[in-house]
Amino acid sequence: MTLRIDAKNMHYTPLNQQIKAAVADGVKEIVLDNVLGQRFIADGLRGDDVRIVINGVPGGDLAMLMNGPTCIVHGNGEHAPGNTMNSGLLVIHGSAGDAVAHGMRGGKVYIRNNIGYRGGIHMKQYDLDARPVLVIGGTAHSFLGEYMAGGLVLVLGIGLEKSMTDRGIGSGIHGGEIIIRGEVEDHLLGVGAKKFEFTEADLERIKPEIEGFCARFGLDPTEFLDTNYTRIAPSSSRPFAGKYVWE
Amino acid sequence: MTLGSVPPRYKISIDREQCMDCGRCIENCSYGVFRREGDRIITESRKCTACMRCIAMCPRDAINLKENPVDYRSHPVWTREAREDVIRQARSGKIILSGMGNTQNHPIIFDRLLLDACQVTNPSIDPLREPMELRTYIGKKPSRLQFKKTEAGDVELETKLAPNLRLETPIMIGHMSFGAISLNAHLSMAKAVSELGTFMGTGEGGMHRKLYPYQNNLIAQVASGRFGVNVDYLERGAAIEIKIGQGAKPGIGGHLPGEKVSAEVSMTRMIPEGSDAISPAPHHDIYSIEDLVQLVRGLKEATEWKKPVFVKIAAVHNVAAIAAGIARSSADAVVIDGYRGGTGAAPKVFRDHVGIPIEVAIASVDQKLREQGVRNEVSIIASGGIRNSADLAKSIALGADAVYIGTAALIAMGCRVCGNCYRGLCPWGIATQRPDLVSRLNPEEGARQVSNLIKGWTLDLSELMGAAGINSIESMRGNRDRLRGFMLDEGLLEVLDVKTVGA
Repeated sequence: MTLRIDAKNMHYTPLNQQIKAAVADGVKEIVLDNVLGQRFIADGLRGDDVRIVINGVPGGDLAMLMNGPTCIVHGNGEHAPGNTMNSGLLVIHGSAGDAVAHGMRGGKVYIRNNIGYRGGIHMKQYDLDARPVLVIGGTAHSFLGEYMAGGLVLVLGIGLEKSMTDRGIGSGIHGGEIIIRGEVEDHLLGVGAKKFEFTEADLERIKPEIEGFCARFGLDPTEFLDTNYTRIAPSSSRPFAGKYVWE
Repeated sequence: MTLGSVPPRYKISIDREQCMDCGRCIENCSYGVFRREGDRIITESRKCTACMRCIAMCPRDAINLKENPVDYRSHPVWTREAREDVIRQARSGKIILSGMGNTQNHPIIFDRLLLDACQVTNPSIDPLREPMELRTYIGKKPSRLQFKKTEAGDVELETKLAPNLRLETPIMIGHMSFGAISLNAHLSMAKAVSELGTFMGTGEGGMHRKLYPYQNNLIAQVASGRFGVNVDYLERGAAIEIKIGQGAKPGIGGHLPGEKVSAEVSMTRMIPEGSDAISPAPHHDIYSIEDLVQLVRGLKEATEWKKPVFVKIAAVHNVAAIAAGIARSSADAVVIDGYRGGTGAAPKVFRDHVGIPIEVAIASVDQKLREQGVRNEVSIIASGGIRNSADLAKSIALGADAVYIGTAALIAMGCRVCGNCYRGLCPWGIATQRPDLVSRLNPEEGARQVSNLIKGWTLDLSELMGAAGINSIESMRGNRDRLRGFMLDEGLLEVLDVKTVGA
């Protein structure tokens, strides 16, 4: 059962109420047309088999705290899509703003093009059941994966000479990993982040993410299935332990 | 090595006449002060933190503790503390980390405010006989009410009311996280507030499943680390609090040392076991007041506008203007945390030097919100250094709706304010995750003590109000005419909007 909602000139609260009510009624697919800046779409929404298709440009905190659904955006994202997301899938056929996947706890966020500052900041993880994944087709601005405590950030740099040119990658990282296509210059790394060799075993591990991403955007995954990546991980699990002395 | 050691801070001695050699001191001291050598108990004073556990547990009162047993040459400027801090930093090149609240010997404004009582011209009220209305509602109040008449002739309220928390006493327990403190400490306080009809903050470490039975009296916290935050957690809480700042360390984030990140803490926070739990200084999705609005509303959307959302800030110089911004953010309450607020761990320089006293912050925020006509948009919750029922009564008279207590609740569970919370070895089972230490705190007993404390303060408050001829908390709130300043300067009296004694 598909429900179509024309979001033209709608405020986000009634829009979200309609979405939640429809999901509660058992609707499995909701298509939102003419979305223009409405914030909080799918905020806190539950339902593993629910699919939301957004035609237009949603506002900030898209899929914030989302718990299960798949959310597909035909357009760009705004500030903090996937903020504190718990599980599910968010696909953006375009670019997104700052703080993408901020504090994300699980599920996947796929951004076809570029993202702004502070992407994947403070991502978490508990075991392998709750392991968030952020894949960026293009590039990201500064502080990518800052304070990361878990999860995976993957930057593919499609069509770019260098995948990352902005600094502060993984500053304060104490868990998880950031994998970037090609070489990453040392001076781009933040405090506490360290480069590691990207091995065949690493490739096996991230292969499903590459394939999943490519399938969503109609790309050929074979192009990305080699070891030409840089793996960035914590230099220690306690990056700031050495900063303090007890009273 | 050229610096040598600084003198021990405490001297522990055993009265051998009294000692019956039972060894309870050895068992109880988690810092390793006591050990047995042959038939004697030996002490190592340098390890002592003055947590008083040994003294509390000694059946013969045989243990004595003396602070600063070795004198320095006295000097009014280069105090012992000043000298030792220099030595500590010269040795390490690091930031000095400290626990508990501000230790500066600044005057306490609460102690220079005096409460009023009735004599002759209007009678005081006996709370034994007359009902004292202490019930407090936290949240937005409508600026006006609209009614309509039904066809049957009844009157119905048309105005849509915002969700409020109903407190049976204006005392709540502030946010101390699972991680900073133990599960048994959380359970003790959660049981107490559930029984009393008031609320407790979970802190930012999420909500342990054992707290679910008390969720209707818990306030979920969303802080910059976003630990334990998902939609289930937000829905469980009776309200949601966004923590922007903390009085003990305004402007910087939180830091739970890896020593306290046990398996359970790692699970609720979703970070690797043994790693430091780092809450950054800002929320990285809030870089402006507009972004704060977005987070407040984002949380409300997620919970379908059913939960009040609080915003907690540290009391800093421009607290009034900041609170006025928060009042316009859709938030339902502003929590102001004064510079005497406690903490498990904070850089000493922040703990002792950043922020302003809660008394002035309450007064200036209340004043500013009233001037701007938005006082009804947000409740004011005051915290940071509320030590007794007098501080509570004075906070309300200065304009607060309710207070959060923190350290006082910990003391009710055994804490002796030794300030070593960051080490994770709390022998009272409060600020630790070590199972053998945590088991020392019985949640039933802990709950009874915390509950007793809040009951005691509530009785005190009723008596104080009755004595002032006030029978409802609303008439006490912001009633600065019932306060007088004693030995406060003119500038401060003006900010507090309180007259001097005798006037």
